[in-house]
Amino acid sequence: MTLAVDIKHALGNFQLDANFETGGRLIALFGRSGSGKTSIVNIIAGLIRPDQGRVAIDGAVLVDTAQGLFIPRHRRRIGYVFQEGRLFPHLTVRQNLLYGRWFAPKDGQREEFDRVIDLLGIADLLERRPGRLSGGEKQRVAIGRALLANPRLLLMDEPLASLDEARKTEILPYIERLRDQSRVPIVYVSHSVAEVARLASSMVLLSDGKVAAVGPTSELMHRLDLFPLTGRAEAGAIVEAVVERHDEVFGLSELRSRAGLWKLPRLDAPVGTRLRLRVRARDVMLARSVPKDLSALNILPGVVADIGKTDGPIVEIKLDCHGDALIARLTRYSVERLGIRTGEPVHALVKSVALDRRSLSGPIQAAASADAEASDG
Amino acid sequence: MDWTGLSPEEWTAVRLSLRVAIVATLVSLPFGVAMGLILARGRFWGLSLLNGLVLLPLILPPVVTGYVLLVLFGRRGPIGSFLADYFGIVFSFRWTGAALACGVMGFPLLVRAIRLSIEAVDPRLEEAAGTLGANRAWVLATVTLPLVVPGIIAGMILCFAKAMGEFGATITFVSNIPGETQTLPSAIYTFTQVPGGDAGAFRLTLVSIAISMLALLASELMARFVNRRLDIE
Repeated sequence: MTLAVDIKHALGNFQLDANFETGGRLIALFGRSGSGKTSIVNIIAGLIRPDQGRVAIDGAVLVDTAQGLFIPRHRRRIGYVFQEGRLFPHLTVRQNLLYGRWFAPKDGQREEFDRVIDLLGIADLLERRPGRLSGGEKQRVAIGRALLANPRLLLMDEPLASLDEARKTEILPYIERLRDQSRVPIVYVSHSVAEVARLASSMVLLSDGKVAAVGPTSELMHRLDLFPLTGRAEAGAIVEAVVERHDEVFGLSELRSRAGLWKLPRLDAPVGTRLRLRVRARDVMLARSVPKDLSALNILPGVVADIGKTDGPIVEIKLDCHGDALIARLTRYSVERLGIRTGEPVHALVKSVALDRRSLSGPIQAAASADAEASDG
Repeated sequence: MDWTGLSPEEWTAVRLSLRVAIVATLVSLPFGVAMGLILARGRFWGLSLLNGLVLLPLILPPVVTGYVLLVLFGRRGPIGSFLADYFGIVFSFRWTGAALACGVMGFPLLVRAIRLSIEAVDPRLEEAAGTLGANRAWVLATVTLPLVVPGIIAGMILCFAKAMGEFGATITFVSNIPGETQTLPSAIYTFTQVPGGDAGAFRLTLVSIAISMLALLASELMARFVNRRLDIE
């Protein structure tokens, strides 16, 4: 799936001027609140008519002001999962789920009702009314409702924002399954680095109504110059690793990535599982030589690839560890003291306990058939 | 006289009143829903003028409303003569005229309840229905109107109650003909105008109270049922 957006739109004092073209299984629109993410998805869905511009999915034009073309929202076949769910209060969960099916074209591939129910784990809720659902259940039903309308694209506008941490962890696996098992591509709006790092294959970074960067998620997350926009506190690297061995005596799991061997607290994943490991910059230390008598179990040799430019007290350092990027967050003083310079070898040290379950997620699987090549982009 | 103690003439007035009020409410309903939609969602010049026009019977003395109806819908009135000549619908001095007068008087209450209820519908739910493939007519039929049902019921009860009690406009427009246009209030009024009519007036007053209480009760039950269905959070 490719999504091409080129729009200019004024909302009060806010000026949206976004131009990007991207593809993939799950595209994240990432940016702070007020950066224009929601306006863009509303324009894609047809809820807002842009002042000027063009939006197309796989070459099919949804709106093009130059041609005076505007396809109304009910004929776009774009599923929308809203932040607040927006379930119909007068209908049961089952009726909510089947609402879009009425209007969906009767021919062609359709999402199976039972499969979607199963995917989202909502079989027990069917006869209830939305008023009796928890926030997490509502959001799952909303996802199912959008999916069963047989959309060609699913928009998700911060579907987890109104939920607490526990509910978020409850829903994230469902979104991952959706991304990997359904044939519908997703545009996912978020301001959470953790969510985007975990879910997105590619991302559009927005700032002040403008596109700051577009590209594969890990690439953008590793760009030191984008940290002011991606958020420094949560900044980190994404490493793809495979479970190699479990150590039952000490309750550890060993993962192999290009950077080397990682030791983590025991995981519930069989040997051979591919995982995405998020290593936050603030959990990484650097050493010029291999330190002895150290508690940290993960010592990964690498080369300094880039040093963030700053006059402040804190500097981000990007490492190249045999092809895996790692980011370390140090004081400028330490950088000076150790004489760290681009191109020099160093060792990255990461405490195993910093890599808990929350920093893991399944890999973005290559989708079957036609979407396979797009997912690389 | 039967167990209720009502004379046949009094029964006629009760039945006529019920018929007039029910017909007035049911015939007003589609117009009331349409007008409620226009007033709640319309964006055009003259909207507040239209709103004022709809509310007018609520503010005007009922006699004035009745007289305007007489001028417009009377046998020689512009609308009355047109309807009589082309459709055979005659209002003057008929029970249909009483229903028209009651309907016009109850209309503002009906529209107001429906309009407020439509304004309370979350437009974001309608947007959601749109993204699921429903066009505007379907959104209206499957989302907006079902959510407005409590407001429609409330408006209908108000309109019915107003129609049951309407006196001024009815008597001005279609007079007070027993068996044709003499509704409960007109009958009570007639009783109070003749010596020894107190007992009759009292009986009809009790009937009025009973009908009003039943209508209120019915609306209460329906509101409870609908609210349970909507599962208001």
